[in-house]
Amino acid sequence: MITLNILDLILYDAQRQGRISFYMTNFGEEACIGSAAGLDNEDMIFGQYREAGTLLYRGFTLDELMNQCYSNEKDLGKGRQMPVHYGSKKLNFQTISSPLATQIPQASGAAYALKRAGNKNCVMCYFGEGAASEGDFHAALNIAATMKCPVIFFCRNNGFAISTPALEQYKGDGIASRGIGYGIDTIRVDGNDVWAIYNVTKAARKLAVEENRPVLIEALTYRIGHHSTSDDSSAYRPKKEVEDWKRLDNPLVRLRKWLEDKNWWNENLENEYRSSIKKEVLTAFSKAEKLHKPSITELFNDVYDHPTPNIIAQRQKLKQLIEKYPNNYPLEKFKNKGKDL
Amino acid sequence: MPICKFVDLSLVLKMQTSRFTLLYRNFANNIYSKPLSRNRFTHKAFFHATKKILQTSGAPAPAEGYLPGVAQSKFIKSTQEEALKNSELMNTGVANGETKKMNMFQAINDAMGIALTTDETAVVFGEDVAFGGVFRCTLGLAEMFGKDRVFNTPLTEQGIVGFGIGMAAVGHTAIAEIQFADYIFPAFDQLVNEAAKYRYRSGGLFNVGGLTVRSPCSAVGHGGHYHSQSPEAYFTHTPGLIVVMPRGPIQAKGLLLASIRDRNPVIFLEPKILYRAAVEEVPVGDYELPLGKAEILKSGKDVTVVGYGSQLYTLENAIKLAEKDIPGLSCELIDLRSLLPWDVDTVANSVNKTGRLVISHEAPQTSGFAAEVATSIMERCFLRLEAPIQRVCGLDTPFPLIFEKFYVPDMSKCYDTIKEVVNY
Repeated sequence: MITLNILDLILYDAQRQGRISFYMTNFGEEACIGSAAGLDNEDMIFGQYREAGTLLYRGFTLDELMNQCYSNEKDLGKGRQMPVHYGSKKLNFQTISSPLATQIPQASGAAYALKRAGNKNCVMCYFGEGAASEGDFHAALNIAATMKCPVIFFCRNNGFAISTPALEQYKGDGIASRGIGYGIDTIRVDGNDVWAIYNVTKAARKLAVEENRPVLIEALTYRIGHHSTSDDSSAYRPKKEVEDWKRLDNPLVRLRKWLEDKNWWNENLENEYRSSIKKEVLTAFSKAEKLHKPSITELFNDVYDHPTPNIIAQRQKLKQLIEKYPNNYPLEKFKNKGKDL
Repeated sequence: MPICKFVDLSLVLKMQTSRFTLLYRNFANNIYSKPLSRNRFTHKAFFHATKKILQTSGAPAPAEGYLPGVAQSKFIKSTQEEALKNSELMNTGVANGETKKMNMFQAINDAMGIALTTDETAVVFGEDVAFGGVFRCTLGLAEMFGKDRVFNTPLTEQGIVGFGIGMAAVGHTAIAEIQFADYIFPAFDQLVNEAAKYRYRSGGLFNVGGLTVRSPCSAVGHGGHYHSQSPEAYFTHTPGLIVVMPRGPIQAKGLLLASIRDRNPVIFLEPKILYRAAVEEVPVGDYELPLGKAEILKSGKDVTVVGYGSQLYTLENAIKLAEKDIPGLSCELIDLRSLLPWDVDTVANSVNKTGRLVISHEAPQTSGFAAEVATSIMERCFLRLEAPIQRVCGLDTPFPLIFEKFYVPDMSKCYDTIKEVVNY
């Protein structure tokens, strides 16, 4: 949680300095990491975009994370998607995409496949309360229930979808009340309490895997940060409200108090830990910044399993063009400078 | 969403029969009474030719209905020998095998049966597929392979495609059905933003190559707005998808098996009017036909005619008539089969030989697939073209009910355009 917090602070500033193009912080929702702890590492995760904590929990390295945000030659996604659209095959975390809620029915389908494969794993699917207004949410929960899919739907209800407060998002009793209507076991949990999240996830996983039942979890929390670096949330909510949440109900502080109560943590350890993580993050940051961007060939790969004739022809055309006008393109930034096109 | 999705096909096709009989009679009468001004031939000759091609034996139409022209088509393989005389089947292991008489829905059913047999992870799902499907394409599959492999989903197209993407994303084979292509639009986001980009956006970490979305498309006689559409061009504008449309049973089976096994998401559009109308000898074994390759159905030297799906039978008749009408004329007919990626080389080679091109499809003209073909060929064959490339397409209106015969690019429209291109 602390690593996530420090990462957010540094990368948010990096965007403000124009060093990366975009960023989304996880401030206030760090306790969601508890859900990753409640899963098996082989369980497949489908996320929305504010779940970097679950990836870190599974072992996504700072380098991997920075490489993605910098779109450099070591980015697993080959520099094709916006920052924070992480993915890891090794860690069973499906690559994030921007369209909201599309991952929810996909999670149901993946869960059905895992059930058929008989390997006793479930699928975890994260989304916000705003995304739950999309048609895909409805489709997904209904299919998961009728097809008995071992999937956990984890809704992060943080009160806002960009500027839209939850009060303008729905009129019912949050997201949890909908689960019952689909015949899905549902629970609402304090989203700032890492242990509560851990416990419900663990119990949900048991229901999903042992009884092939979908489960809906609604974690109530508060989005302390702006929606993204393209958003100034003071335009639609009072700064005091944000400050109050940060001060009075902060998941980091709550866990820290619990640890201190157990005598497992203290001010000194906290400071030491924070400065060592900060150093690690900054090291990874400058390493990622120095790397080349991927080879320009990667612009053309992976559209299909094999490049099609039209794509090959277009690659050839681009090659000729940059040979003709090399000064019009930032070739030196890219691996092989376009020579391998 | 749709008020009524179920169309009683036998009823449709019965009505179809009388509709076409009427259409052809009117057609012949019109030609006789209102000569086309730019014709180079005698109208009398045309009338006789029309009559000969269009007249059926006089026997009543089969109860399940037919698409006039299909039964008499030279492209339908009615004997085992004809069916197997296909160079693409040479290396598939069925070249010397048995064949069986099948219509198109049976061939599609057969392909899915083979896919389910040869791939333990394969499943078939959609609205009403468990009892056999509203067009009978999944008949008997649930009984044979079990309810966990062939199952109904709730009535939600975005859910069906999203579900299929999820299965494919973890390496399984998902064969999804959208009941009518007209209802694929709720799944447009899942197909265009998700399925098509899954491999690319993840840097190749994940892909949904195991996904195939089958859907009945095109005119059926009285489908109106929402049981007639041909939405292929919406999808050919989307890098990452494969778009396929077969013209008959042999193709449907081979192309569907190839689509299911291809490592890219495929939209497989089935012209519903051919489900029962097209009957041919189909190899019973497991075979695939190549995606991305066109097929030259008839060689010719004067004009290249390009189409796909059920439109090919209309074109076949139009060509027959034009060749009869203009002595010495020979038209080359090409079936594109795959629309994305499409086989530019085969069409360009043909046009470089003939110097003329007519493209025809049922979908509306503006921004339809013919526009893509025309532009690409203009780029590749500019110096060889002897006439403007012509498109014979559906009109730029919604697909109408009572006006269908005026809307579709029927034989007279195709015939007239071929003639104009030749006489240019």
